[in-house]
Amino acid sequence: MKILVAVKQVAALDEDFEIRGDGRDVEPDCLIRDLNEWDDFSLEEAVKIKEAAAEPVEVVAVSVGPEEVDESLRKCLAKGADRALRVWDAAIAGSDSIAIARVLAAAARREAPGLLFAGVQSSDQSFAATGIAIAAFLGWPHAAVVSQLAYSPGAASAVFRRELEGGVLQAVEIRVPAVLTIQLGINTPRYASLRSIKQAAAKPIDVWSLADLQLSAADVGEAGSSSRVRRMYVPDKGRAELIEGDAARQAARLADIIREFKGAAA
Amino acid sequence: MSGILVIAEQRRGELRPVSLELVSAAQTLRRTGEAVAVAVLGVAPDRFVSQLSVGGVDEIVTIRVGLAEFDPDTFESAVGALIAARTPDLVLVAHSVDSFGYAAALAARLGLGFATDVFKAERIDGELVATRGGYGQKVNVEVDFPGRATVLLALRANVWKPPEKSASPRITAFDAPRVESRAAPREFIELAAGDDIDMTGAEFILSIGRGIGEEAKVPQFRELADAIGATLGCSRPIADAGWLPKSRQVGQSGKTASACKLYIAMGVSGAIQHLAGMKHVSTIVAVNSDAEASIFSVAKFGIVGDIFEIADELRKHF
Repeated sequence: MKILVAVKQVAALDEDFEIRGDGRDVEPDCLIRDLNEWDDFSLEEAVKIKEAAAEPVEVVAVSVGPEEVDESLRKCLAKGADRALRVWDAAIAGSDSIAIARVLAAAARREAPGLLFAGVQSSDQSFAATGIAIAAFLGWPHAAVVSQLAYSPGAASAVFRRELEGGVLQAVEIRVPAVLTIQLGINTPRYASLRSIKQAAAKPIDVWSLADLQLSAADVGEAGSSSRVRRMYVPDKGRAELIEGDAARQAARLADIIREFKGAAA
Repeated sequence: MSGILVIAEQRRGELRPVSLELVSAAQTLRRTGEAVAVAVLGVAPDRFVSQLSVGGVDEIVTIRVGLAEFDPDTFESAVGALIAARTPDLVLVAHSVDSFGYAAALAARLGLGFATDVFKAERIDGELVATRGGYGQKVNVEVDFPGRATVLLALRANVWKPPEKSASPRITAFDAPRVESRAAPREFIELAAGDDIDMTGAEFILSIGRGIGEEAKVPQFRELADAIGATLGCSRPIADAGWLPKSRQVGQSGKTASACKLYIAMGVSGAIQHLAGMKHVSTIVAVNSDAEASIFSVAKFGIVGDIFEIADELRKHF
């Protein structure tokens, strides 16, 4: 059995980032890249299933992006993925989550896994769409925000809990193959050991083009996307009234605020 | 393509309040003469009609389905059929756990324009423009949908105010195609309390976040909370790590600090999901070493500094 884990290399802004000249993104050299936080959990969930299984399970990490994404895929390999795949073509640049999902679905068709995991959302653009859109392109059953999962490889269904708003969970049974989007906290992701990091460096990362997946440039980029970025800007934020001074003075003011509240409440 | 279609949300027999917020958003986006229809799905959808009969709704579409609770296959099939029948130019859903489960699939399958977690939507020169956050909410991103006849927007909750007036819209029943769902929703589970704390009832909360760094620091803040008379709460990473029970988590998937009047956040960066549970509190004091932390944008008072030093100094006052 195979579990495909779709991961994303996300970008955070550095302290003095600037908006790009065309006003539609930030300058790329202001970006600090890392594996999406959610994907750490979905990879761990796949590795946990593999480790608990009686039959052999292969965990494959897949991502869409240029060569620098290999760094995040190496992280996945170090944390227990057996193989990694990366899909890239210059035409993919500027794709939204729906276009990326189309590419990932094509990769999934080729890999034919029994389960596909994706993070609930990415920490950078937070669309919360890619995983479920992959399922739509594949025509597979799907569920979002899975916070607990029980699945034995070979079984015809998986039982999970999805995390709803306001501290409520719902139990659901779903047929496999299925796409599940995995929520933070479903497990405790492991740290990669020095040894596994070294081993990961020797594992293969296959690189596929659009042609390898029978996709064309029209399927991706602006043409294949469901939205287009028109403008990006730094919002005027409401600012807190800052309490200045050293820690003692700041704490004294905070103590006053607490006493005022208690006085009013009493 | 004309008309705005709003998809109401219900769970366990209750209409979710965001449903009415979507109606208000629709008012600001409707073009002259354009009708707003609200669709509601359920085993007995008629029971929601009176609550949905609010100002700005021209029609309520009831869709009877086989499952009482949300199910992705059921929603995709029914809402997809309704979109095909009505050809609206805009479909509004809530940015919620339920819509996470089907909206993207609908957009992908039907080729809709699509954006999620939208907190501002407008028509600029006739074109629909939606604004959402990017790069961890550090920037605002305006998106548009060139060439898309129908656009599906998932709107953030608590942004639009629900309509105040009632109305008498037309009621229509829509026959959705029968679908055999590939998933079976079962029981709901309330999060085990873990301890007997009711965060929703707490008036004064001291909340800790990732900034505390390690579990060994938790007792110190628990003691501080006791000393100042606050209920100890936390952000998601603290509960996920098991340092405090889930029942203490404030935010979208945890508890909403509904009764809270004073909220002190220490080492909480202010992820959008956490803000959803506390940003309404009248007095928020944020203590964080990172002057750029998003929490400062909702706080009334801010202290940029070391949370441990502030905690030690504060303790001396009580």
